[in-house]
Amino acid sequence: MKDFDYRIVEEAAKQTYIRALCDLPPDVRAALKKAYDRETKPTARSVFEAIFRTIEIADRDKTLICQDTGLPIYKVKIGSAFPWNGARIKKCLYEGAKRATLEFPFRSSSTHPLTRVNPQTSVGVGLPVIYWDFQEDSDTLDILMAPKGSGSENMSKMQMFYPAHGVKALKKFVLDAVVESGANPCPPGIIGVGIGGTADLVVKLAKDAILRPVGRRNPDPQIAAMEEELEEAINATGRGPMGLGGDVSTLAVHIEMAYTHITQNPVAVNTQCWPARRARAVIRPDGSVEYGY
Amino acid sequence: MAEYHLKSPFSEEEIRKLRAGDIVTFDGLLFGIRDLTQIYMFDQNHEPPVSLAGAPCIHTAPSLRKAGDKWEKICVGTTTSTRMERFTPELIRRYGVRAIIGKGGLYQGSLDAMVKYGAVYLAIVGGSAALETRQIEEVEAVYWEHLHPEALYQFRVKNFGPLTVAMDSHGRHLYEEVKAEAVRRLPEIYKKLGV
Ligand code: SF4
Repeated sequence: MKDFDYRIVEEAAKQTYIRALCDLPPDVRAALKKAYDRETKPTARSVFEAIFRTIEIADRDKTLICQDTGLPIYKVKIGSAFPWNGARIKKCLYEGAKRATLEFPFRSSSTHPLTRVNPQTSVGVGLPVIYWDFQEDSDTLDILMAPKGSGSENMSKMQMFYPAHGVKALKKFVLDAVVESGANPCPPGIIGVGIGGTADLVVKLAKDAILRPVGRRNPDPQIAAMEEELEEAINATGRGPMGLGGDVSTLAVHIEMAYTHITQNPVAVNTQCWPARRARAVIRPDGSVEYGY
Repeated sequence: MAEYHLKSPFSEEEIRKLRAGDIVTFDGLLFGIRDLTQIYMFDQNHEPPVSLAGAPCIHTAPSLRKAGDKWEKICVGTTTSTRMERFTPELIRRYGVRAIIGKGGLYQGSLDAMVKYGAVYLAIVGGSAALETRQIEEVEAVYWEHLHPEALYQFRVKNFGPLTVAMDSHGRHLYEEVKAEAVRRLPEIYKKLGV
């Protein structure tokens, strides 16, 4: 496939950014609805009602749900049979994120960390964040896009515990981090947890965790049980929607795990706000694109 | 919990009626401010060119576009309030602001000023910019344009909210109460988790 048109990839990178900002995934909507149904506190219920009206307006007017259009993250999975050129895909993601920002248009949040100059493009050195993965027996290019706002991202935490601290240190760390974060990450959202790996991998796992559809458990029963246990614990704090008190403090706890070193016991938390935004494009070698979540 | 629909600017009496946990919507005048707006006012001593008396001020995150002389809204959301703590007591004392709108709440200094002068903190639902933008009928004026997107914005709003009274003029602080309650429950939750 020598003449695959890479403009398709650039367009998909642009469209997924815009779609993620305007169209909340169905699993998140369903989780919010379920949470509303079991919320008993009147102020907390009014928070949910505002959330539903926001989603409705964004649907109808094709407009941004939240003004913080975040930093762009792309998770790319390349099928073994997709005729790919990685360097070109990377360039397409950069250009697509930039074009989404300039052409929609929406605000850019990317900034030089020392000069604090914003190029007004949502991209820059090291941005967009891109994760590469590969898939056997597939001929598709799968792009998952997630814009990450600062209110929730600023609540990220990681800690390298020792094995002697055990699993209980990890659980306490997650619970304490959520109690501390209060209204900042616009709860109730997803609490992403990474356990195991190295210092960098554990944080990446926590990010992977917030991008999993709500309602899907980790396939490992031991981890799934820990997700349920932490969910219950976090909701029992009564922090509530927007930290104003209530029965629902989180929609879900998602945990991703990797093997770690015999002398390490790392944990990380990445919080996701109630607009748990993500969008997906699946591109085939014939150039057709299927959009989803 | 009571629900109120008000018209801004507010009177002291109206504001003193509000209790933590009440829900408010309102029509009328709303000023948008941010970090730089207040640095310009308080650190660099610029008097606001318009009266803020009785008005609510929102910690705004505005995307606006200027078409000719007129400013149009693109997407207006709300930012975290805690960074504004240092300016808030003066904003209430000196300019008679009666409501601060934001997310996350403020600290004791602001609460003291609210008690003393009659003001409240109203919590908006963070992330709901689509709704907020819809409720802004017009960007009536932008003062100190050179500071945009951190200028002083004058909006006219309709049915703005729902807002939860999170800090009231009687000294109640809902965020702190909820947090204290969570901390009180923690030992029991730890026990259940086995930690
Ligand atoms: S935390 Fe999320 S919902 Fe809240 S303002 Fe930031 S991006 Fe928006």
